[in-house]
Amino acid sequence: MRAFSLALCLALLSPAMAWAIDALPFKDRAEELRFQHLTRQLRCLVCQNESLADSSADLAKDLRREVFDQMQQGKDDDAIRQYLTDRYSDFVLYDPPLRGATVLLWFGPLLVLLIGAAAVTRIVRKRAAIQHNTAPGKGTEEDW
Amino acid sequence: MIKRFLPLIGFALVASLLAFGISYMRNNSMNEVPSPLIGKPAPSFRLPVLNQPERFVSNADLAGKPYLLNVFASWCFACREEHPLLMAEGRSLGIPVVGFNYKDETADATRWLQQFGDPYSVVIVDRDGAIAIDFGVYGAPESFLVDGKGIIRYKQIGPITPDVLAFELKPLLASLKGAAP
Repeated sequence: MRAFSLALCLALLSPAMAWAIDALPFKDRAEELRFQHLTRQLRCLVCQNESLADSSADLAKDLRREVFDQMQQGKDDDAIRQYLTDRYSDFVLYDPPLRGATVLLWFGPLLVLLIGAAAVTRIVRKRAAIQHNTAPGKGTEEDW
Repeated sequence: MIKRFLPLIGFALVASLLAFGISYMRNNSMNEVPSPLIGKPAPSFRLPVLNQPERFVSNADLAGKPYLLNVFASWCFACREEHPLLMAEGRSLGIPVVGFNYKDETADATRWLQQFGDPYSVVIVDRDGAIAIDFGVYGAPESFLVDGKGIIRYKQIGPITPDVLAFELKPLLASLKGAAP
């Protein structure tokens, strides 16, 4: 039973370590963390719901290698991101920059929130007005 | 009275938004990564020719007239779908069709071309896919139309279909010829 629980624990742990598929020769922990952080912000182009860090697609492996090599050359994160966007467009970024084509992406949710807030305000005001006009305690037709 | 129908109207709005989303996704594949390279010079490359590893082809060798760079591999299923069209119509484009053998084994690629036919004027080999990354390739097949000045004019992601050939590549080639005879 104990062996079984141990095996189960190990099995449950493994997905958290699954990113380490390449075994890249990092010089220290800080570099490894930087690599992880950067590749998590990048989208795998083959399996587009996965980050570059998580994907086991062949191209993702190549691109991880490329990111690693460029880190070794002393390029900073912005330069590496630029390298990838030059080839694969903003699509590789999970955090796309604000520009003409992405305005709706950035402010769309806010717009929907504002519409919702306006609707709620309207309904609450109306209800308050109805309550004000009818005797307190008496239910109205508009109770939904 | 109209207030009773408000939830229904709300539902109808959401439903039509979803319907729009679905139909939009159908007509505009969101999986296609827009290429930032269109209108820009093709990345520089110098790659060995398939089965002639001592011979290299570079941008400079292809400069001067338009060419179609077709990324393919023997492991790529969709390439087989595209292949008969290249065999039948490739020549009618009137430009060199350059095969770009992507992350493939030489023996496999050679056998594949023997089996299905070789529509290419030359096949160059990118064994480790490094040049493909410069081209923004993320799958196969992909095709690039490069003009005489070395500028990428069009990128097809996925197989070239008869429609793409007739309505995209041929008109574009005609306009290229008109602009620079």
